[in-house]
Amino acid sequence: MSSPTRAHRSAEEIGRTATGARPLPALGSARLAADLSHVDTTLANGLRVLAVRKSSVPLVELRLWIPFAGTDRLHPATAEVLAETVLTGTARRDRVGLDAELALIGGELGAGVDPERLYFNGSALADGLPTLLDVLGDVLTGATYREAEVERERDRLIERIAVSRTQPRMIAREALQKHRYGDHPVTREVPEADDVAAVVAEQVRALHAASVLPRGSVLVLVGDIDPETVPAELERALGGWASDRSAVQLPALPELTGGDVLLVPRAGAVQSQIRLSAQTVPRTDPRYPALQLANLAYGGYFSSRLVENIREDKGYTYGAHSGFEFTGGQSVVNVDADTANEVTAAALLETRYELARLGLVPPTAEEVESVRQYAIGSLLTSTSSQTGLAGQLMALASTGLGAEWLQQHPERVAAVTGEQVAEAALEFFAPGRFTGVVVGDADLLGPKLTALGGVTVAH
Amino acid sequence: MADPELVRFALDNGLRVVLAPDPTAPVVGVSVHYDVGFRSEPEGLTGFAHLFEHLMFQGSESLEKLAHFRHVQSSGGTFNGSTHPDYTDYFEVLPSAALERALFLEADRMRAPKLTAENLANQIEVVKEEIRLNVRNRPYGGFPWILLPPVLYSTFANAHDGYGAFEDLEGATLDDCAAFFDTFYSPANAVLTVAGDFAVAEAKELIQKHFGDVPYRPAPVRPSFAEPLPTSELVGEHTDPHAPLPALAVGYRMPDPVNDVDGYLAYLVLAGVLTDGDGSRLQQRLVHVEPLVVDIGAGAGLFGPFEARDPDTFTVTAIHPPDVPRERVLAALDEELEKLASTPPDEQELKKVTARWAASLHSEHDRLVSRTLALGAFELLYGDASLVYRLADRMSAVTGEAVSAAAKALRPDARAILVVNPATTEGTDEQ
Repeated sequence: MSSPTRAHRSAEEIGRTATGARPLPALGSARLAADLSHVDTTLANGLRVLAVRKSSVPLVELRLWIPFAGTDRLHPATAEVLAETVLTGTARRDRVGLDAELALIGGELGAGVDPERLYFNGSALADGLPTLLDVLGDVLTGATYREAEVERERDRLIERIAVSRTQPRMIAREALQKHRYGDHPVTREVPEADDVAAVVAEQVRALHAASVLPRGSVLVLVGDIDPETVPAELERALGGWASDRSAVQLPALPELTGGDVLLVPRAGAVQSQIRLSAQTVPRTDPRYPALQLANLAYGGYFSSRLVENIREDKGYTYGAHSGFEFTGGQSVVNVDADTANEVTAAALLETRYELARLGLVPPTAEEVESVRQYAIGSLLTSTSSQTGLAGQLMALASTGLGAEWLQQHPERVAAVTGEQVAEAALEFFAPGRFTGVVVGDADLLGPKLTALGGVTVAH
Repeated sequence: MADPELVRFALDNGLRVVLAPDPTAPVVGVSVHYDVGFRSEPEGLTGFAHLFEHLMFQGSESLEKLAHFRHVQSSGGTFNGSTHPDYTDYFEVLPSAALERALFLEADRMRAPKLTAENLANQIEVVKEEIRLNVRNRPYGGFPWILLPPVLYSTFANAHDGYGAFEDLEGATLDDCAAFFDTFYSPANAVLTVAGDFAVAEAKELIQKHFGDVPYRPAPVRPSFAEPLPTSELVGEHTDPHAPLPALAVGYRMPDPVNDVDGYLAYLVLAGVLTDGDGSRLQQRLVHVEPLVVDIGAGAGLFGPFEARDPDTFTVTAIHPPDVPRERVLAALDEELEKLASTPPDEQELKKVTARWAASLHSEHDRLVSRTLALGAFELLYGDASLVYRLADRMSAVTGEAVSAAAKALRPDARAILVVNPATTEGTDEQ
């Protein structure tokens, strides 16, 4: 500061004391999470239910996952309008009445859709659970999709699509999906505005009747509840939701085989998005725990090689990250970083260098211990809240796993050897296995990226 | 909400401590709140409080660069820091076996952070990237937290951009860092919070062991940021090259968050009555019935309530289609406020807002990170961490008349309006 009111020490004086550097304290003795009291069952209508007691606060969290794929060209638009209007009224409740009933139990209920599923996320004060379930059952069996609601939400949706398509992350995501999966239905995450404009209430009602189905769907409840009483309560509230057909699963994705990174032009952008992706194996594969640790060491946490290189050492980016994306029974690893234009090519070079180095100079014993503790500890912390636990369980349950997998995972991670991590690194992180996109100002980026190689310029 | 055991004390060097034991999960949260935020930055050094927050992660006497991250993460923990108008916080959440480690890490950088020219240069670049990512390269970046204050406020402290101008960031020197640390980062100007799975006696011992010899330095005298209320409707315009639709932020002053808690809470209930849920007044009218806007929201604080002293800001934000003139949105807002000013909301309408607040407070305190940070922030700003556990009840006690009075105080002739225009508007022939 220009004019401090009193003398201050220099930076060098601040950084040292008479005692000198002190040793890092050792870790104390570890305690494991308590066993989860839970029920995992299937209702008569084919709905799988996973109910878990976690009474830390007097709330209950609800997650419902309905497989909801469609191959029709207009499916994404109709599905999006459905998700936006499913909570706007039933034969028994209008939109405002529904919101008021939820508000009085401190409740929220929201719906969303993506190419794989229709989902409902809800919560309420725990003693409001009967009301929350009654509202949910009413919506699943009796959503009316009044014309006026559909038309209004449709118009709002078109505005919001326009907003979202200007977000650099969204532009990069769409470019990546198209580049790696072509015209597979998984690529249609956000519908076209023109398609949405053509959706009418009758189509939404038809889609609800055809695809909002309990068989093959999963409901997760976590909170201050008695799991034993949940199935009977659900039979009452959701028993009327029934069909002989099963919810619609997304067709398998093509396996990624690697290839050129595509430079996607976004004129005038001040920053570029780097997005890389490669095929891996799902959680049920015996190699998964080692793969999980290899990913953490690469770019899966802050102390990873990628972050230490391109953020902390070189300052190329505010955030670089790698992580898994699970779709159906499949899994890929994605690497992303947003960088300033001048350093985009250099950041891509370093990103590839670290991919190759992970296989050739595998994580040291120290790196492996660090990611092992991180994997176990972050699972403990992320599942220590009701919302965190509900989210984890839903992700697992949607691929057929359950609370047991969650409880056993720390042991699996503890048993991974350094050799297994090295094998996973060599097998899954080879640069040639990756494909991807760079979105940015092509005039500025083109010459350097072309010189780097392995990059195709989109026209 | 249950009021769990809270232990509060201070060390000889002035460090205030809050302990909130809870054995339900084997995890622990540790945070340090320093009583300095971006409102305390000197002129010419905008963004410095946030830049300095980054530097505090870059090493200290016992910890090489990057060691902080490695030690937290290799203990199975997560960490972060954030800069607010009136404080800066640092935290770790870890398995409870790592409690002593977290205390060691926080104490070491409170005692002797390694401030180097190299780290400063590197973090200036990282912060510039953060600003590009969060502000310059996205639609509605900095809306309204950077853009509204210069319209509503006239003093540098309240009006300036807390992320900082690039030229100010680039001009920051190592001596600025040393002065800032010596002035604001003394133990007497900080609150340490530990929440979660630990035994109180053991934690006290560990805290004394690691923080006890951080030398005392006096806490700086805290300036008042008070300034007069606006006496007219102030209007500012901003062109956003990435925004597809026009947007509007309306800023009002509100009661002193610390010295008039119940008055402040009435504004939070008002915000809920206006925009929380499909049945709220502005959602129903402006989104569903008329409809004039794509989205509308109301709330307290630039990032949320309870993180600033006086003056704090009440905001209403809306994104609307270009063919809706903003005067119509404002007229509808004023009409709804007038209705509330003349007829208080009934019990049922208040209950809808306060039950949702109660649930969201429970949910916030179920996440150990949020609980730890809330306890620390309330101890720092209010001198009373336990207020966290009484908020839901006090909010339930807010009367319809109090909400009505709050609505009446949101006057058109004492507010700021920020208009965000997309860069390309139809009908212009330039280029």
